[in-house]
Amino acid sequence: MRLDVSAIENSFAVQVDDYAGLFGAGAGADLPAMELPTCADFDGFQKETKELMKNKKGTTTLAFIFDKGVIVAADSRASMGGYISSQTVRKIIEINPYMLGTMAGGAADCQFWHRNLGIKCRLHELANKRRISVAGASKLLANILYSYRGMGLSIGTMIAGWDEKGPGLYYVDSEGARLVGTRFAVGSGSLYAYSILDEGYRFEMSVEEAGELARRAIYHATFRDGASGGCVSVYHVGPNGWKKLSGDDVGELHYQYYPAQVTPVEQEMADAPAA
Amino acid sequence: MSRRGDWVYENNGGTCVAIAGADYCVVAADTRLSVGYSILTRDHSKICELADKCVLASSGFQGDIKALHKNLSARELLYQHQHNKRMSCPAMAQLLSNTLYYKRFFPYYAFNVLGGLDSEGKGCVFTYDAVGSYERTGFSAQGTGSTLIMPVLDNQLKSPSPLLLPARDAVTPLSESEAVDLVKDVFASATERDIYTGDKLEIVVINKAGTKREYIDLRKD
Repeated sequence: MRLDVSAIENSFAVQVDDYAGLFGAGAGADLPAMELPTCADFDGFQKETKELMKNKKGTTTLAFIFDKGVIVAADSRASMGGYISSQTVRKIIEINPYMLGTMAGGAADCQFWHRNLGIKCRLHELANKRRISVAGASKLLANILYSYRGMGLSIGTMIAGWDEKGPGLYYVDSEGARLVGTRFAVGSGSLYAYSILDEGYRFEMSVEEAGELARRAIYHATFRDGASGGCVSVYHVGPNGWKKLSGDDVGELHYQYYPAQVTPVEQEMADAPAA
Repeated sequence: MSRRGDWVYENNGGTCVAIAGADYCVVAADTRLSVGYSILTRDHSKICELADKCVLASSGFQGDIKALHKNLSARELLYQHQHNKRMSCPAMAQLLSNTLYYKRFFPYYAFNVLGGLDSEGKGCVFTYDAVGSYERTGFSAQGTGSTLIMPVLDNQLKSPSPLLLPARDAVTPLSESEAVDLVKDVFASATERDIYTGDKLEIVVINKAGTKREYIDLRKD
């Protein structure tokens, strides 16, 4: 009886140092091989990647282009962990009279770099005797943020404006992304905002309809996302610059959209007779 | 975080509050300096008068706070020499924000509240986080007792948000003496429930007549 040692036998040939068959078919050329990702932390990189995807910017902002310009909307809550540090934060920043930026992520980062962008845009106007384009302004910001990549800045912003090419909308973030697009929502409440926005969006809309769509989208995000709340601010950017369309407290908006139902009382409780 | 060998901060505790009125501003802070469970002194001021109409109160790491106050006072003096006038409160607010942000990657461990009168003589309060994000508000509390005090101030002083459109009239603000009484009350309550707040309360009131200072005893336990 011959012992069946096929399980213990190694079917892989012994590694021969011939540079893995670089100079011709060597002994190691038919080794079954598997590509391993080249990274610092092989055991932990998958977990790290999942963390990257998690949306940590506690806010909801959105912007979209339609035939009459750009609508930009945001909530106004700032949270530090579980504590609400402010309900009156200005998340839509006026870079100049025809360009707006939204704030998501670190409040200080967004405030500082938007102010810096406004300064750079003004310097561009003075140097070139014409306004900077939305593409140019977003590129200025994206390049700065890319140079700080990996250092812990947290910014998820949209630059919206009207320049010679018409309405412009860019998404710029602290990872270095710069995306051109027609519809964006940023922040922990963005998923809720997207659902309302995508459902109701049409390219041809009146300014009022577009503003109402944005307001409802932010309201629904504040309803379901704990990190969003306060007031919904809606701005419209047209050929003559931006104009604030509305500012509404979401608590009051709730009862406008869903009026309180007066439930009929079957048996009213009577006060106990005074003893 | 304190496992790391490079943790160079410590929290000296304390609470700061500021309330803005129609023509005055009240800035207050307790005077206790602690490290861990020990009290180092009962008599340390957290308030710095930066300009005649501008007062800064900070809680957090007092080493960074001393450096920050010195830095800002020096910049204000330079401004006086260059512009032949004292810095206004909104200008100082922007300067403080930039000063904090320039140390974005090694922050000042300071939670600041800036109070004073703006160029029209109306009370203003600016509230900050540790890296410089700021906002002009009607009132604010920062420090270890802030989560105890803010809800009370919200209840008494909250006015319709400035973001509302059409703008709504703010609720009639308190008078100066009512605001000072409110500050004394909230500190008395915070002292009951926050171990880092107590000993003495320093209240600075700024109005067009100038600045006046008052000290109230708080519980020393």
